[in-house]
Amino acid sequence: MIVFSLTSARQSLGVSLKLMRPSLRLRIRGHFCPESHVREATRPYSSHTHNPKVPKAATWEPVLEDQLPPPAKIPADLVDKLERLALVDFRTKQGLVCLERAIRFADQLHVVDTDGVEPMDSVLEDRVLYLRDDAVVEGDCAEELLQLPKSTVEEYFVAPPGNIPLPKREERTAMLKHSEL
Amino acid sequence: ARCDSSPPLCSSLSSPQELVGVVGLEIHAQIHSNTKLFSGSQVGFLAPPNSLVSFLDASLPGTLPVLNRRCVEAAVMTGLALNCTINNKSLFDRKHYFYADLPAGYQITQQRQPIAVNGMLTYSHLGGKKRNQVVNKTVQIKQIQLEQDSGKSLHDDQRSQTLIDLNRAGVGLMELVMEPDMSCGEEAAAAVRELQLILQALGTCQGNMSEGQLRVDANVSVHMPGEPLGIRTEVKNINSARYLARAIDYEIQRQIGVLQRGGTVQNETRAFDSKSGQTIPMRDKEGLQDYRFMPEPNLPPLIVYKDNASLPTGVDACQAVVVERIREGLPELPSVTRDRLVQTYAILPEHSFTLVNEDGLVEYFEAVVRETKREPRNVIGWVTNELLSLLKQKDQSVSQSPVSPSALAELLELQETGHISSSVAKQVFQEMWRSSGKTALQVIQEQDLGLVSDTKEIHNICQRVVDSHPDLVSAQHTHTHTHTHTHTHTHTHTHTHTHTCTHTSKHFVRKRQQLSRIHG
Repeated sequence: MIVFSLTSARQSLGVSLKLMRPSLRLRIRGHFCPESHVREATRPYSSHTHNPKVPKAATWEPVLEDQLPPPAKIPADLVDKLERLALVDFRTKQGLVCLERAIRFADQLHVVDTDGVEPMDSVLEDRVLYLRDDAVVEGDCAEELLQLPKSTVEEYFVAPPGNIPLPKREERTAMLKHSEL
Repeated sequence: ARCDSSPPLCSSLSSPQELVGVVGLEIHAQIHSNTKLFSGSQVGFLAPPNSLVSFLDASLPGTLPVLNRRCVEAAVMTGLALNCTINNKSLFDRKHYFYADLPAGYQITQQRQPIAVNGMLTYSHLGGKKRNQVVNKTVQIKQIQLEQDSGKSLHDDQRSQTLIDLNRAGVGLMELVMEPDMSCGEEAAAAVRELQLILQALGTCQGNMSEGQLRVDANVSVHMPGEPLGIRTEVKNINSARYLARAIDYEIQRQIGVLQRGGTVQNETRAFDSKSGQTIPMRDKEGLQDYRFMPEPNLPPLIVYKDNASLPTGVDACQAVVVERIREGLPELPSVTRDRLVQTYAILPEHSFTLVNEDGLVEYFEAVVRETKREPRNVIGWVTNELLSLLKQKDQSVSQSPVSPSALAELLELQETGHISSSVAKQVFQEMWRSSGKTALQVIQEQDLGLVSDTKEIHNICQRVVDSHPDLVSAQHTHTHTHTHTHTHTHTHTHTHTHTCTHTSKHFVRKRQQLSRIHG
């Protein structure tokens, strides 16, 4: 925005835009682009060419309700299980609404036709996985690591005994009610 | 009831209506490497707590896993030795669960596509009536996957806390999943023993169960043969091969007992208590665990190449893992060693089995055979009976034997050339064992155990004996019978037998020596 106001100010002063451009052209990472590519009115100071695969205007279309599968119902047992797995309390009204919205957002994926397409689970799939030599290069920093927690016992980290079992559902509801107060 | 006294469960004579056990094993083998699976910190046992921990192992933010090539090679080697198909492309996943010794909250494993699948382990155990026949069995290997080990928790119940040591966190493991092809504790123990020998021969795992390098969990169920499999329980906390058989057999009997009483077996995890010999339920797992498996986003797929020809251009040859190269470099496996010993030395399969089963015994046997002219067939008994029983008595390994292969070879040569009798040889061996360092010759000379084979001298000795007991000789004459026989007398008390010395009785000479010791 500042650029535009500058050029318009310059223009008002009678200096043409064309003359201004060469001196303000930036060298980005040693890449020097010819003047012709900087003709775009929307991106006058970018040195990258506009990729033809990217549309010039937004083509975003909102997905309609009827395109989506029926909204997922989340029974109390499932909420319970999710809370245990994630160790996150979200049993409040806001929490459940947030969860429903998140699921609805992800439901948009159902609109895409994936027949015959291998799922991609890593954008690194065409890279060769680097294999390291079996030589000792790290470790031996017990002192540093043991300074991180609040308390340690004789060079050991301290944890509660086993996993503390989550209180029963009724107790948890009661606990949440109290915490909200 | 103790396992020893109860009839073996693997009896092939079970009646058709009896419940039989079904056993599947999940084995975690710690990879023998200098550094961990995804970090460059050292792999070690009994180091000061948390001294072998890198930032990645402690799950500090900003760290990334970098795969250790040695671990990949170890997994491929193990897969090839177990006749698996090696997946050229395998993937890494995260398995999420909360526990203090898993600082990241997830374990990196290979759940979807592991590095090796569909293998087979052939094992044998001594069966038959006298338990001296080699019985061959196989078990299918479902898959072998690479995964991270967790840290160690030390439970301090008094102060109600757990102390965490992360030295073991991140160490590379090979998880071997076996199909439920076994039916009792003995088979499982034999399979694990064979796997231990294979891994030790390959060098991919040292297989020491007491140090936790090899951990076995057993999935046990019972059913009527031909019917669907029963509910299974998982038995954990088995710290030695000996306990493995006992734990599995106990669990099978327990489940049979439950069903016979009309109950149902619960799908649960049980721990083996070595003191009582029983399995006890572990802390309730709160229903089925949901591990929320997801692909590991920081690791692209692992590619291993079939052979040198399939290496694409631009890939560094030293970087890549090539299956064919690894296959060519495989050392001799225990089953091949056993066959080779039988072929080369004409010994029985069960002897070969015993040799391979004991660490260092094959080398010992071969060293003795090299240094003596005796037939290996006649040497094997000494090694598998005399030597081994003395080692077992003192719970020693072959490397701790006070009698070296050369010393034993010397003893056998002396017996072979007639210097000593076979019963004396056994005596000498025991003496050599007790006073380590003494050679056979020394012991024989010291205790004058050598055989005299000069006829003139024997005649002189016999004459001396007869001369020194005139009263008995005259008594003998009155009885008018003289017996001439050659049997060994082992009783040594005051009366003497008079024989007419018309033969060279080696034993008589020895007897005479014993008598001279007693009577002065």
